[in-house]
Order: sequence, then C-alpha cells, then structure tokens
Amino acid sequence: MKTLRQRLVPYALLAPGLLWLTLFFVVPMYFMGELSLKTGDLIDGFQLTWAFENYTNAISNYSTQFGRAFLYAGIATVLCLLLGYPLAYAIAFKAGRWQNLMLFAVIAPFFTTYLIRTIAWKTILEDSSPVVDVLKFLHIVPEDGRVLATAGAVIAGLTYNFLPFMVLPLYASLERLDLRLLEASKDLYASSRQTFLKVTLPLTAPGIVAGVLLTFIPAAGDYVNATFLGGTNQSMIGNVIQAQYLVVNDYPTAAALSFTLLLIILVAVLLYIRFAGTEALMGDDEEAR
Amino acid sequence: MNIWARFRDNAVLYLGILVLVYMLAPIAVIAIFSFNDPTGRFNFEWVGFTTDYWTGAFDNEEINNSLLLSIRLAFFTSLGATLLGTLIALALVRYEFLGRKAANLLIVIPIATPEVVIGASLLSMFLIYGINLGFTTLLIAHIMFSISFAVIVVRSRLIGFDRRLEEASADLGASPLTTFFKVTLPLLVPGIAGALMLTFALSVDDFVISNFNAGSNVTFPLYIFGANQRGIPVQVNVIATMLFAVTVIAMTFVIIQQRRAEKMADRRADDDNKATVSVPI
Repeated sequence: MKTLRQRLVPYALLAPGLLWLTLFFVVPMYFMGELSLKTGDLIDGFQLTWAFENYTNAISNYSTQFGRAFLYAGIATVLCLLLGYPLAYAIAFKAGRWQNLMLFAVIAPFFTTYLIRTIAWKTILEDSSPVVDVLKFLHIVPEDGRVLATAGAVIAGLTYNFLPFMVLPLYASLERLDLRLLEASKDLYASSRQTFLKVTLPLTAPGIVAGVLLTFIPAAGDYVNATFLGGTNQSMIGNVIQAQYLVVNDYPTAAALSFTLLLIILVAVLLYIRFAGTEALMGDDEEAR
Repeated sequence: MNIWARFRDNAVLYLGILVLVYMLAPIAVIAIFSFNDPTGRFNFEWVGFTTDYWTGAFDNEEINNSLLLSIRLAFFTSLGATLLGTLIALALVRYEFLGRKAANLLIVIPIATPEVVIGASLLSMFLIYGINLGFTTLLIAHIMFSISFAVIVVRSRLIGFDRRLEEASADLGASPLTTFFKVTLPLLVPGIAGALMLTFALSVDDFVISNFNAGSNVTFPLYIFGANQRGIPVQVNVIATMLFAVTVIAMTFVIIQQRRAEKMADRRADDDNKATVSVPI
C-alpha cells in the first residue's frame, strides 16, 4: 500500500507547471471569449453586452482572409508533404553515412531567425533577381510579371518555413518502420509501387498525420509570410487579427476573429484525426495479421 | 548495374538533396548578403563586396539592445520552462495517477494552437486586468509556450532510463533524496541540457507571441520586423550568420563526439547485430 504522501508526490511535481499553463493558457482563453462579447472603444472602455454580432460581423467582414488563410495553408501543407516525404525517405533509407548530416541540414534553418529567413526569400524573389529571370525565361512568370506580392510567393514562403515540421515526424515514423515487412512484401511478388502504397504508406500514416497537423495549424495562423512576401491582396486572417489588436485596437472584433480561427482549426483537427485515425488503425491491423 | 538503373535506384536520394537545397538556400543568401555593400537603405540587390559590416558588426546600438534583451529573456525563459517541464516529465513517466490524460492534454494543446491565438488571448487577459506590458509579460508568455517542449525533451530521456541504477542506490542504503541528487539528476543531465537549449532557441526566435505582449520592449525579432519598412541594416545579416556558424560548429562537435562513442560501442558489440539492410522502394 502506498501512503497518502507517496500518492501526492506526482501532483506536487505537476502542480507548478500545470498551474502556469492553466493561468497563462487556459484562463486567457476565457478572457478572450469575454472580450469578444464586449462593445465599446478604447477611450470609453469596453462593456460586456453579450454582443454575439461581433462574431457574425467579424466573419462576414473577413471571410476572404479566412478563406485565403486556409487555402494558402492547405496548399502549403500538401506541398510540404510532397517535398517532405521523399526527403524523409531518403534520410531514413538512402543516406547511409550521410544520415546525421542530412538530418542536421533539416534542422539547420532553425538556427537563423524565422524573420530573417523569410526576408531572405524577399531577396531571392525580388524583381531583378536571377531566380525570377529564370522563371520568366521558362514562361512560368509572364515577361512583365513579378513574383513578390503574389499568392505564389506567400505559399512558397509558408512551404519553406514549415517544411522541417513535416520532415521530422515523417522521418521518425519511417525510421521505426519494420524493414522485414517490406522484404515480406517483395517476397510475395509485390512491385516497388505496390509495396510503397500498401505497406510503407499505411504504416507511416501516424507520421503523416502529425506532420500535416504541425504544418497546417501554424501556417493557417501565420502572418509573417503574408506581411513580407505578399501584397495587400494576400493578407491572411493572422494579419487581420494582428492589425485589429495592435494597430486599430478594436479588441472585441480581434478577439472574435481569434476565437473563430481557434474553433475552425479545432473542428478541422478533430475531423481530420477521426478520418486519418481509422486509416492509421487499419495499418496496425495489417501489422497484427 | 547500368547507369539508368543506378539513377532510378537513387532517384529519391537526389530528390531529397534537391529539397535540402531549397531548405538551405535562404541561409546561403543571408550569409552572402552579409558581405554586400548596399547603396541605399535596402539590402536586397547585390552591389559590391565589403567586410565593413563584419568588422563593425556591433556598431548599431539599436540592434545590440534588442539582441541583449532577447538573450536575457531567453536565459530566464529556458531556466523557468526547463524547471517546470522537468518536474512534469518526472511525474508523467514515474507515477501512475488519476488525471494523467488531462495533464497530457494540457501539455499538448498549446503546441497545437496557432501562435497568433496564444498571443492574442494573453494580451486579452493583460488588457482586462490593466497589466502593463513589459519584460514580465514577455517572460510569462515565453515560459508558457516553452513548457510543453521542455516536457517532451526530458520525457524522452526519462523513458530510456535504467531504473535499476536507482534501485541499486536504494539497496546500498541511500535515502530517496540522495538517490535523486546523486543518481537520477546526473543521468538526466543530457535531457535537461537539451531542454535548456531548445527552449532558449525557441524564445530567442519567437516573434508572433512577443509581438502581442512586448509593449514598448523590442526583442531582436521585433527589431527586424520594425526595421523591415525602413531597411534592415547589413549587421542583421552578419549577426544571423555568426549565430548560425556558432551553432553549426557546436553541433558538428556534438556529432563527432557521438560518432566516436558509437564506434567505441560498436567495437564492443557483436558484429552480427550490425548487418545492414538495403531497402527497395
């Protein structure tokens, strides 16, 4: 039998950290909810009037930016998966003695500030840069067109910035893959393509789920890429929230927008986990059989 | 094997290397443009080579102040978050208790919340209470978003922990406290060091949450954001390149050490265990 004192040890260990998270993560969410239902202005103060119209107004006024945020984040996530999977696969199975170096190269971008890296893309995609000249030569960009201040630039920036968050979970799940299963598949005369689609892909589904979430969520709320690489027609919902809080000081609208963003992401994540979760489960079934 | 077959066999490797080039290109651009000699205030077009900004890397008072603030903030953040995170990790790995799922959830959710929402909700609370934004609010926010990462790093170390060492210590008559300080803590040092480094890096690099809760304080990322419109001084590129070089050198050192340790371990291990397997796509 454990004594009462022993039973309390884990709670004592948890208390300071979880208290911090409760006070400065959970409680602020409540206050943001309260703020989102107030009316008033900075000079006369804000009163709680249960103004649910803040939400309908915010959503109808900024539906374009909401749509843009999810569209850009969605495209960037798909691109991250398409670029990240081959890279993670190469690191896990083909890199040999270069494995550590390649892994290191994946996290190397973290050693320079996020903002500076994004601004470097501004240099790369600048109107007179060689990269843009090549794109024009290949007729990907029209002769009189530009790359900066377009949706393409913002999506390229998002893809670049969140790619490591896709590669790392993918690599972790590929690394854990039981190689004997791939050999078995080959022994049973599956083609390389069949082995990949029927064995490798389902077994790495948890990595894909984690990577997609870690990429999509921050990308949807991001405003750094749209600020630096986009023009006025590329502003995302993050830009609006930032401006409403810090420039316009229309706190209720800003709070309503943040809450809506959080809710949409939460619903999307739950739906996605439910959908992708069963797929991952099927992978486990196959392993068990 | 003919050339085509070999190429097809390694196609995924070449593709992976191309993706890595995409990931590293901006870093090369930052380093190259730290030697640029721009004519105007904007450092976007290559003009000419100079080392002036390297020799005068710390000539810009504004940059230096923002950098010092960021380092001071990251120092306290990493200490606070790692302490709180280590305690949580110990509880999660070592004990069975009621409410463990809820505790896990509370740790994971902040990672899955967009930064802009975390920043906005904290600002909402500070606004309602009329709390002045400053170093304290920054520190509160930074520790908050760093705790979860500290927990993850320390927990992964604790899971691979040989508990027999602690039992041996107890068998030899050490009190639980002595065991903790003489056995558990020293073995946890790599995990704690990793958590310290990660939370330090996260704090130094944070822009979004700081943007909401800094008040009139200017951290290094906030300085860059503000300077973007009036032109970013070349010194920013120089300092970024320096920080990158220092980290790369440190990491290389760690990897070399690791390789040496692995080699020594290999020599002791049976050769049978080292059979390599090549994998077809």
